[in-house]
Order: sequence, then structure tokens, then C-alpha cells
Amino acid sequence: MAHLTTAPQLDPGQDRTMILNMGPQHPSTHGVLRVILEIDGETVVRIMPDIGYLHTGIEKTCEAKFYQQIVPLTDRIDYLCPLTNNLCYCLAVEKLLGLEIPPKAQWLRVLLNELTRINSHLVWLGTHAMDIGALTVFLYCFREREDILRLFEAVSGQRMMTSYFRIGGVALEPPLDFFDRVRDFANRFPSKVDEYENLLTANPIWVMRTKGVARITAEDAIALGASGPTLRGSGVDFDLRRDMPYSSYEKFKFKVPVATEGDVFARYICRVQELRESIGIVQQALDGMPSGPIKADAPKVVLPDREKMKTQMEALIYHFKIITEGFAVPAGEVYQAVESPRGEMGYYVVSDGTAKPYRVHMRAACLANLQLLPAMCEGRLIADVVAAIGSIDIVLGEIDR
Amino acid sequence: MPLSPAITDLEQLKAHPAIARLQAWNPRAVEGAKFDRDEMSIYIERSSIREACALLRDDPACPFNFLSDVTCVDWYPSEPRFELIYHLLSIPHKERVRLKVRLGGDAPAVESVTSVWPSANFFEREVYDLFGIRFTGHPYLRRIQMPENWEGHPLRKDYPVEGYR
Repeated sequence: MAHLTTAPQLDPGQDRTMILNMGPQHPSTHGVLRVILEIDGETVVRIMPDIGYLHTGIEKTCEAKFYQQIVPLTDRIDYLCPLTNNLCYCLAVEKLLGLEIPPKAQWLRVLLNELTRINSHLVWLGTHAMDIGALTVFLYCFREREDILRLFEAVSGQRMMTSYFRIGGVALEPPLDFFDRVRDFANRFPSKVDEYENLLTANPIWVMRTKGVARITAEDAIALGASGPTLRGSGVDFDLRRDMPYSSYEKFKFKVPVATEGDVFARYICRVQELRESIGIVQQALDGMPSGPIKADAPKVVLPDREKMKTQMEALIYHFKIITEGFAVPAGEVYQAVESPRGEMGYYVVSDGTAKPYRVHMRAACLANLQLLPAMCEGRLIADVVAAIGSIDIVLGEIDR
Repeated sequence: MPLSPAITDLEQLKAHPAIARLQAWNPRAVEGAKFDRDEMSIYIERSSIREACALLRDDPACPFNFLSDVTCVDWYPSEPRFELIYHLLSIPHKERVRLKVRLGGDAPAVESVTSVWPSANFFEREVYDLFGIRFTGHPYLRRIQMPENWEGHPLRKDYPVEGYR
């Protein structure tokens, strides 16, 4: 049976074990994740993650905002994949509204979503390798990440907090040279993945630090709520993009990398393969990009073009109404899940028929994945805890919300 | 794509594998169901939630083996005030179902499902922390997001958005 997370408690009479607050080690442990270890020498007896240091009450804030005002809040939940959050929230509200999204907007969403996945995996790979001691990889990864952030800036005006997807489509037409720049990046990128793999995959130190470390079985992973690469690293072949497609993912061809060992190395291999698959999806999206509008034809929900506002009275009225009063969403509830770089990201949105959501809840993949930590680390060395935390790719913004 | 109206008649929905399975086990466990926007919600009687979850998890025909999420909605001031939401996923069948439990506002408590899915641990702690619902049988029911000495449960509707000043 899988472990349950409870607090380590010391028996006052004993002097064999001691309590240690771990970190800062991973970039996430600088003040936002506290890991409490009970150790016997170098061996971890018990481990408990203590979270909540980054809790900002976003779910409560959402209840006081109009539907369209929540999009920028979603960026700040998982700050490494803002566009995936935007997508998941927009899909949920569009499902509540029964809104059909034009094909070009859907393909743009897929394209940017996969770039986001690459961006997020690059931060993960760089920091994970740095934790284990391979500092060079970090610099290589952030070099390519910079290219992706520049693409985001070109398309949305922001490097990180993009808010580019809107309810009913995307915010703006991408700039003229955008697709050429993405294609240039997509052509260059596979050789860069080779570079990272040259540094790590066959590196004896890397292999010794990751193979057979923090192993988790498929049954335990499912029981503890793991998803994404953490689940696929344990041999469960499940990916929401392929198995429960959204935003026209069913039109793309890609493989879902699965590894069976369930250790840190398996999760590393899954994510590195995902980098290659994602760039393949980006290529397909570029090749097959449909033409047409980028926003749904729903004037009561989607903001009008700036041009139209200056020439058409109705557009000006709709703009004023949406900004000042929001738009009413039919009563009901939806749960929309997407495959984020870390696993199943879900938005549960409840509407009571007004312009503000009654309840918005985010299912954080990391919150569930973090529960694997005791099962992974207990009975192993402290140094393996570092590798284990890195391998589940935590983002505390998403865990605490 | 106009929205089709929600189906709330249990008779029309009883062909759904999860409902059929639950009704065959205990007809009183299913209080109602709703099919809306392609999503199935089943209202479960409060005292049978743990057994209903275990039953659906081990159902050989369609095992809902993965607990995606546990959360709550506060319908203050109407009664029953709280609606607990369990999102279940069947990894082999690629299907979802939502279980709901209604709870009154006075000392709300429900049986924990941590013995069915250990993953419910953090989810239930979060619901306890932010809504003040007790989960009996939970191994470590403590606040998870808010500080230990915090007063009140912030996601309740009678808690002001700006907090108490």
C-alpha cells in the first residue's frame, strides 16, 4: 500500500533519529516549499512536504471577478506554463457557454501550448540537472528558453504572463513574421535536444544519480494521484491530449513517450522525448495552419476589433457592455482537464447564471504529484530526495494557488 | 453549438455504467443524477460515499481507478449548504464521472476516501482547510494552505473576499 503523508514526530526518549528542514536545494525550495525530514544518519526515515507558503487565494479572488478578468489570474497559477492555464480556463468557460472556436484559433492554441510545454520542460531540465550537479545543462536550456520567451513576447507582448488566449479565441492576430520565426526555432531545436542528451543521457554520474532512484510502481502512482510524465515514467500509457483530446489535438500525430522503470531516469527520458514530440506538433501546426478568423463570432462575449470600435456603433456598445458588466454565463458546471507539462490540469467552473463565476477550482497536477514524495524517498539517502523533488517537476505557485 | 438542456431524470440515465452499478449495489445510495454539457454527475447519499468510491474503483466493467480531484462548493445561505465534488477518471476507459455529496451547514462531516485512494489526502485537507468540512477517518486532518492558527475558512461564501480586517 502506498504511503500516507503525515508529520514526522520524534519520540522524546530516543536519540537515534533527528529532524532536518531540507533546502534550499531546488529553486522551489527557496522559501516556498519546506521539506521536513526525519533522518537516521544519512537515511531518510520519514519525509513530509509542508506547503502553503505561496497561497494567494486565487480561487477566492476569481469569485469576485468577471469571467474575462480571470484570464490574467490564471497565468499566475503555474507561472512556467501560463498559456496552458489560459487554455484550460478558456476551454472550461467556452464549454459552459457552448461556444464554437474557429479552427485557426484552435491551431494557434495548440502551437503555443506546445511551445509552452517545451519552455516548461527546459526550465525543469536545467534546474533538475543543476540540483544533481550538472551545471552546464542549465545554461544550455535557458539559451533556448530565451528564444521561446521572445516568441511569446512577439505574439502577446509579454514574456511570461502572456494572457494571450481569451474566452472565444485568442487576443490578437500574430505578427507577420511570427510563423517564420517559429519555424526557424523548430528547425534548430531538435539538434539542441541532442546537445542536452549528449551531456546527460549516457553520462555515468547522471546515470548513477538517477537510475533506480526514487522508484514508484504504476499501482502506487495511480493510487497517489500522479499524472503526466510522472505517471508515464511508471509505465501507464495515458495522455489527455491523445486519449481525451481537446482544442483539435485529435488532428495531430504524435507519440506518447512511456518508460516502465518508474525511477528518476525514466521520468527524465519521458520528458526529453516529449521535447521532441512537442516540436513535431509545432511543425505540424505550422504546416497545416488554417486561415480565417481568430475569434468566435459571439459579439456579446468576444471583445470587438479596435478598428470596428472606431467605425461601428454596435461594436462600441458591446465593448462598453463587456468591460463594465461582463457577460452572463448560463448556469451549470464543467470540469475541463488538459495535459499540462506536469500532468492533469483541471478547471472546475460553476456558474449561477451571472457575469461572475460562482466557484472556480483548479486541479493542480503538482499537488497530487507531491504526495508521491514519501513513497519515493523513505528508506533512501538524503541526496536522493534532491533528485526525487526535481524529477516530479514541482511548481509551488500551482500547488498553493 | 446551442446548449442542449440538462437531463436530470434518473430513469433516463440509469443505463450509465456507474449509475447501474451503484443502483444494483444499493438503490438508496443514488439520490439523483444530472447529465449536462456531456458530463455526468451522480448525487450520492452522504453515508455511502466511501463504499460507492470503492465500488466504482473496483468495477471490472468500467473501473474508475483514478481520483482526479476532490473539492467543494458552498451554496450559502441555502440548505443543504455544501456540495462535495469528487472527480473520478477511468484511465482504461477514458471516461469521467462526477460524484456529489450534499452536506448541511451545521458541523459538516463526511467519511474520508483516503482508504480508497491515498491521493485524497491533500485534496481533503485542502477542503477541510478552506471550507471547514471534517473528514472522518482521515489520518492527518490539519490545515494545509492557511497557517495553523488561522481563524475561519476562506472559501466559504460568508467569508469576505478581502478577509476580516
